[in-house]
Order: sequence, then C-alpha cells, then structure tokens
Amino acid sequence: MNTIDLEKTTLREVNQRLQGLPAETNERLWKLTNPHGEHACAVGLTAPIEVHIDGHIGYYCAGMNQKAKVVIHGQCGVGVAENMMSGEVVVKGTASAAAGATGQGGLLVIEGDAGTRCGISMKGIDIVVKGSVGAMSAFMAQSGSLVVCGDAGANLGDSIYEAKLYVRGTVESLGADCIEKKMTPHHLEKLGRLLKSAGIDADPKSFRRYGSKRSLYNFHVDNVDAY
Amino acid sequence: MSDRANPTPFYTPPRPSATFDAHSIAEIQRAAATGIYDIRGGGAKRKVPHFDDLLFLGASISRYPLEGYREKCATNVTLGTRYAKKPIELKIPVTIAGMSFGALSGNAKEALGRGATQMGTSTTTGDGGMTPEERLSSKTLVYQLLPSRYGMNPDDLRKADAIEVVIGQGAKPGGGGMLLGQKITERVAKMRNLPVGIDQRSACRHPDWTGPDDLTIKIHELREITNWEKPIYIKVGATRPYFDTALAVKSGADVVVLDGMQGGTAATQDVFIEHVGLPILAAIRPAVQALQDLDMHRKVQLIVSGGIRNGADVAKCLALGADAVAIGTAALIALGDNDPKLEAEYQKLGSTAGCYDDWHEGRDPAGITTQDPQLAARLDPVKAGHRLANYLAVLTMEAQIIARACGKSHLHNLEPDDLVALTVESAAMARVPLAGTSWIPGQSNY
Ligand SMILES: Cc1cc2nc3c(=O)[nH]c(=O)nc-3n(C[C@H](O)[C@H](O)[C@H](O)COP(=O)(O)O)c2cc1C
Repeated sequence: MNTIDLEKTTLREVNQRLQGLPAETNERLWKLTNPHGEHACAVGLTAPIEVHIDGHIGYYCAGMNQKAKVVIHGQCGVGVAENMMSGEVVVKGTASAAAGATGQGGLLVIEGDAGTRCGISMKGIDIVVKGSVGAMSAFMAQSGSLVVCGDAGANLGDSIYEAKLYVRGTVESLGADCIEKKMTPHHLEKLGRLLKSAGIDADPKSFRRYGSKRSLYNFHVDNVDAY
Repeated sequence: MSDRANPTPFYTPPRPSATFDAHSIAEIQRAAATGIYDIRGGGAKRKVPHFDDLLFLGASISRYPLEGYREKCATNVTLGTRYAKKPIELKIPVTIAGMSFGALSGNAKEALGRGATQMGTSTTTGDGGMTPEERLSSKTLVYQLLPSRYGMNPDDLRKADAIEVVIGQGAKPGGGGMLLGQKITERVAKMRNLPVGIDQRSACRHPDWTGPDDLTIKIHELREITNWEKPIYIKVGATRPYFDTALAVKSGADVVVLDGMQGGTAATQDVFIEHVGLPILAAIRPAVQALQDLDMHRKVQLIVSGGIRNGADVAKCLALGADAVAIGTAALIALGDNDPKLEAEYQKLGSTAGCYDDWHEGRDPAGITTQDPQLAARLDPVKAGHRLANYLAVLTMEAQIIARACGKSHLHNLEPDDLVALTVESAAMARVPLAGTSWIPGQSNY
C-alpha cells in the first residue's frame, strides 16, 4: 500500500501520480490521508487501482473515473463520480448534490444519504444509495439504474428517459413523465444483482420501480404544461 | 372611403399596416391553425444595430498607412496564455464556432475541419460529442462541455486541444438545446445515449454546478483531468456582458467566448431567437471593459461571434478589443448552404435560397444540416473544405487591407480610435464617436 499525505503533497502531484499509472501497474493499492475537503481529488483515473481516501473530500471526487475503485471513508461534496465511465466509487458517508451526475458507466455506492439531483442526467451508470436521496434526483436520467434503499425527495425522475429507478421507501412526488412501473422478474433479478454488488442485504421484492411514461418523447401541443 | 363599384380618381389603395405587417399576420394565422410556436435554425433575422453601422477612418496626414501587399500585417493569435501549459496558436483570428454533429452531418463536420486546418485555425465540437471525422480532419479542435454532456468522455477531453465550457449561446441565452426526432438517427442516438427518433432536449443549466464559485471548481477539475495543458474557454450568450465576462475571469477562464443575438442555432423557437439577448455590437465594449478593469485584457483572450460575414466585420471586432472571432452561419454558407443552385429543392420545401432555415427538419438539400445519408452524401467534404478555406482567406485579406489602411502592422493593433459610427445607437453601443463629431453618447456630451 502506498500512502500519500495531502498535507505534505499538493493535489496536482497526487492526481498526476495516480493518473500516470499504467494499466498493468502493480502499485494497485493507494491511501490518501488528510484530504481536508480538497476538490477534484482522484479525478481522471484510468488504471484499475484502488484508492482509499481517509476523511472528508470536496467537489467532483473521482470525476470521470475509468476502471479505478475509489473509496471515500467520509463525506463528499458535490458531483462525486461525475461523468464516471467505468470502475467503482464507494462513499462510506453521505454525498452532497449531483452525485453520479451524467455518469456513463461503472457503479457508485453511497452508504449514507445523497443530496438533491442524485443521478441527474445519468447516462448508463448504476447508483445504489443505502440511505435516501434529495429532490430532483434522476432529473433527465437517460439510462442506467438508480437504487434508493431509503426515501426519495420531490420530483423524482423528472423528464426521465430510459433510466430505471428503484425505491424501497416513500417517494415524495414523481416528476413530469415519471410513473410507477411493474416490477418484472427480469427487473427483480437485475435489482438483486445491483444490491449484491453494492454489498447491501435487502430484498428486491421490497422495492418499487419507476420509469418513463414516454409521453414527452415527441413534442405534442397537448403536453405543453409538462415542458 | 371609396365606392368600389365606381372607383374615382381619389380611391384609397389598400394600405398594409406597419404594425400588423405581412409576417406578423402570417404568424398569427399559423399559430391559430397549429397551436405551436415556430422552430427554426439560424440567428435573428430582424435588423439590429450591427457592424455595418461602423466605419473605419483609414489614414491621411495625421495617420500613416502601410503599403498594401509589401508591408507586413500579421494575423496570428495565441489563445490560452493565462493558465494553459499548451496555449493554442492560430494563423488567423477567425475560428469555426461549435456546431454539433447531429445538427450537422458527419461530412459537414469533416469539411469544417479541413477548411479550418488548411488556413491554420481551429474548429469546435458541439452538443453531442466529438466524432472521429472531425478529430482527424481538424489540426486544432476545441471540445465543448455543455449542460447536456452528451458524448462527454475523458478520452476525448484529453484528445482535445482546448475545452469550451458552454454556458449559453447568443441565439438563445438561457435556453437549452433541441434536436428533433427526425435527426436522431442510430449513430446520433448512440453518441447521446438516447432512444432513436425521440425529440432530444438539452438542459439549459449544467447538472453539477450552479454559480460562479462552483464553476471555478468545475474548471479546476477539468484542468486536473487534463494536466493543466489545455486552454479553457467559457462561452456565454450576450446578455450582461460586463458581469458575465468578469465572472468568467473570476472562474478561471483562459478565454471568453461571447456570442451575440445574431448568432446561429441549429433549432430554437423563433420568438427566442428574435427577442432575447444583445446584438454583438452592443456586447463587445462592456466585455472588453470588464477585462480592462481586471487588468486581464489580452491576458484572457476574447472571441466574439454573431453575424460575422466579411473581413470588415472581423476588423471591427478586433478594433473594439476582441482577440479573435468565431463564425457559424457564414461557414455553413461557404460549405454550400442556401446555394441558389438548389433553388428548385428549396421551393419544394416551401422556402427559397437565402431564406432556408428549417435546419431542424433534417431535409437540407445541401447535405449540411441533415443526418439523412443520401442527402449528407451530396456534400463532398474535400471540395466544401476548400470553399471554406477560400472564404477564410478572403476574410483575413479583407481585414488586413483595412488594418494596413489604418497603419497597423498587426490586426490586433486596430483600436476604437480607428472607428466612427453612422448612427447614434451604434455610437453608444460601440463607444466610438458619431461620424463627423466627437460625441460618444453615454460617454461625453455633444
Ligand atoms: C447549425 C448550428 C449548430 C450550432 N450548435 C451549437 C452547439 O452545439 N454548441 C454551441 O455552443 N453553439 C452552437 N451553435 C452556435 C455557434 O457556435 C455560434 O455561436 C454561432 O453560430 C455564431 O454566430 P453566426 O452563426 O452568426 O456566425 C450552433 C450554430 C449553428 C448555426
């Protein structure tokens, strides 16, 4: 295990070092200490390494991640794992707004709660939240899955496209064009796999599924109120 | 009143209303019949104060001109000198504005890259991501980060020569994008991760930041991902140019891109295009003022766009303090858009050469604003690229002719003192004197 102390090393050096690791590196395990809410930490990683951040971290942690696993042992700021392509990001604490925004792949696990706009504009990422998510989550969500073990705030899935939403607790309200959908065996199986990969022991049958009514897909004058 | 049966010599001929003119009446009738607003491509079509309202003074006894063709008038520009490790060097101060693959065909994107590269300038991606065609054909490619983040990908980010964070466009400041179902073919849908054939809406706000403080952090992240190499532009529609420019500088931009209301769009509501935002003429001086107040003029470069057509427009933008300009509509015309040779086909679409703006429908007979493979195949990217290069060369030479006449050995030496205005409005907006006077409305007394 390589340990870097962010009190003694600049963010630029840390990111450069992690970004510069080749795919076949054998320096696979990293620990970052004293992160003190630093922004843009462990962003743009491309090697299949594992990075543990020991403490709270700022905005855009693990942004645009490819292949790496980043574990935040603390809380994190806005846009964790934004636009992630692949790999895995785990937040042991709570996450602020726009967690997993526009993510295109990989898995984001939030063990605490997530703030507003969780999974906004998501494009293929899978997000599993052990706690609850705030308002406007999965806004314009295009694809991928958002699993919420707790409750969802107002306007869940507003203007949603093809993303799949699963919520175990209550949903304060659904956004425009988002409706409850039937949970089929196929969805139960997929949800079961997601929960398992996130290390969460929950019965898929206790969740309800939400998705797009697809009535806003092509403009129609009778729907103007929803646009 | 006249007696229609027995017209007298004093018969009052039918009088059209200036208020309810033919266009307004037709729009009321169309709205009543369809219940939906008009969507179209292009920029504002109404007349607004523009560069035609300015003139260069040239030189005589008090100013000394340069000899045309023999004395050098340089045209190069460097963008991104503030923070980027690898600033962009362009041979000419005319860049190609961001236009998406999706709005434009793959061939059109390739042609833009070829023409720009031939002349030593840059092209820009657009909403929908980077295509291999444009990366291969463009020596210098600016990659846009838009609210939709369609096709946003760190590999492409690293392949780009600069990154442009798009906050807004002059045609629709405060509005998101749209690409109607007709143009969402399989390839476009795949790049944007959407179902084929749906009307695609792009958000009007970024998903992961809100105010300028967040934007500062966002830009920091982009720099961290790309090793602080690439210039970062911020593009805004012209609305409150003084404050937006100041905030862009504060957020850490290397370059500010300012787009006026005449600027083209692929598809927007006509009412938005015509009624929201400032003409570029009114926006340049406040933006330059903000840069000067922050001691950042020429340190953070300013690119302006919106209705630029000829070398005089380019020279006027630079004289008002811009470092470079961007062109969209004019570049498409150079490729072959609205070509009179296609008149019969424009007629079939209910339009005429010079007016065709239904770019959102994807039926462009010139093969430019379409995803229909047969129509797109009509545009030869090599030939169209040559036409664009020719046009860029002319723009540059025209600007040089004016600059030499004003005694400048570099286009950037043009200055507001070289200009006068023909109207009171344009004098106030451009902050140059009304021709024949020393009066700058809003700055000095007559
Ligand atoms: C067909 C078309 C597509 C455009 N797509 C984008 C886009 O994806 N992103 C963007 O920032 N601006 C877009 N624009 C605006 C241009 O980047 C630019 O601001 C404008 O065209 C400049 O004004 P001009 O057309 O008068 O030269 C588009 C413009 C056109 C004509």
